[in-house]
Amino acid sequence: MFSSLIAWFGAPAQWSSASGIPVRLLQHLGYTALAVLVGAVIAVPVGLYIGHTDRGRFLVVGLANGLRALPELGVLVLFVLLLGLGLTPVTLALMLLAIPPLLAGTYAGISGVDPAAVDAARGVGMTERQVLFQVELPNALPLMVAGLRTATLQVVATATIAAFVSLGGLGRYIVDGQAQRDFTQMAGGAILVALLAIVLEVALQGLQRAVTPGARRARSGSRPPTPAVGTSDVVTAGG
Amino acid sequence: MRLFGADILPLAAEHIVLALVPVLLGLVVSLPLGWWAWRSRGARRVLLPLTGVLYTIPSLALFVVMPLILGTRILDPVNVVVALTVYAVALLVRSVVDGLDEVPSEVMTAGVAMGYRPLGLLFGVQLPLAVPVLVAGVRVAAVSSFSLVAVGAIIGQGALGTLFTQGFERFYTAQIVFGLVSILVLALLIDALLMMLGRLLAPWAAARAPQKAGDAAQRSSTREQGEAAQRSSTRESAV
Repeated sequence: MFSSLIAWFGAPAQWSSASGIPVRLLQHLGYTALAVLVGAVIAVPVGLYIGHTDRGRFLVVGLANGLRALPELGVLVLFVLLLGLGLTPVTLALMLLAIPPLLAGTYAGISGVDPAAVDAARGVGMTERQVLFQVELPNALPLMVAGLRTATLQVVATATIAAFVSLGGLGRYIVDGQAQRDFTQMAGGAILVALLAIVLEVALQGLQRAVTPGARRARSGSRPPTPAVGTSDVVTAGG
Repeated sequence: MRLFGADILPLAAEHIVLALVPVLLGLVVSLPLGWWAWRSRGARRVLLPLTGVLYTIPSLALFVVMPLILGTRILDPVNVVVALTVYAVALLVRSVVDGLDEVPSEVMTAGVAMGYRPLGLLFGVQLPLAVPVLVAGVRVAAVSSFSLVAVGAIIGQGALGTLFTQGFERFYTAQIVFGLVSILVLALLIDALLMMLGRLLAPWAAARAPQKAGDAAQRSSTREQGEAAQRSSTRESAV
């Protein structure tokens, strides 16, 4: 089994053809980036608003909790049946997964800023816009990146399933391997997906550490700050 | 009961078993591991990041790799059960550590003064007091387990998830919607049952929870509990 896996990874066509590993990897990253980006365009402004005004908090909690039970495969398949095959339904379905952690991270970050700092900012005459962008946003960054991390992992995992609805990406190897009863191909794809997820997780952890100022890092100990509003790394295991 | 050409009740029963057995197994494995990580700084330093990495691996990949590790056949339900157990352990070790961390040291000292031995203290004092945090973790694990089982349908082991794969092949939207709703309802029912079980086991927690919700956002160390508190305070039974 392991020797056939090594042969599968070692085949030259695997690294140069149009269905080779680099192409599949880029497709996978592309779907992920697109969905997270679209999700962020929606979730970050809403999270900033809810965090700043504290209006609509129930929306954050409800969304973050409600998503967990929703089977990703069902959502993906439903969108494809409603909108037809292609990138749009897959991006929309993946975006739906990215929104709750991004929203919760942004909200928790903004609302968790020390009220004394916000009052002081108002006291020195900052406008609400300045308070939000110059005081609250920089302080919220660690939790926002934590939300980004959860969202990215969720999406990169579920992008694997996109192959089931005829898209590319690394899931292609698993779905095609299943159809052709080629277990080597399935296992190879699975290993690649797992590696990609772990590499992204480590990279985003690094980013999170980079945006966390020293004082906070010391206070929170070895633990990375995580949004408390029912998100965290806990949201859902990978799709 | 036959719907969409499939026997629904056996599928639902299979879904419940495939989703809940891993959570039970995961809890059994996590209690000693979590206790160990709570006691020993070294164990904590190794176990918590390790569970983080395991949690990062996408479910479809884990399902596919299982036969390689376990020597099982590809279509063996054991693959899904073991893979989901891995996720449950990844979630619950953290919950056990957090739960034990929550027990005030005065209470432990009082227990020791009353003559409790370490094991008696664990089962008689620490674990009962950790119940609210544990139940919150188990609820998260159980609910995400329900949606993850469905992913198994791609490799022919999905219980109610087969409604998605079949519905997609036949372009049958109603079947997919039915699958989504039934999995959601099952997950919500189990979540509600677990919540009630938690209330029975730790009646004091529900009374204390609402006050805790406010500062939960800043406290990453008690995030599961904060999450539970927010849920109970908003009566958000929706997972």
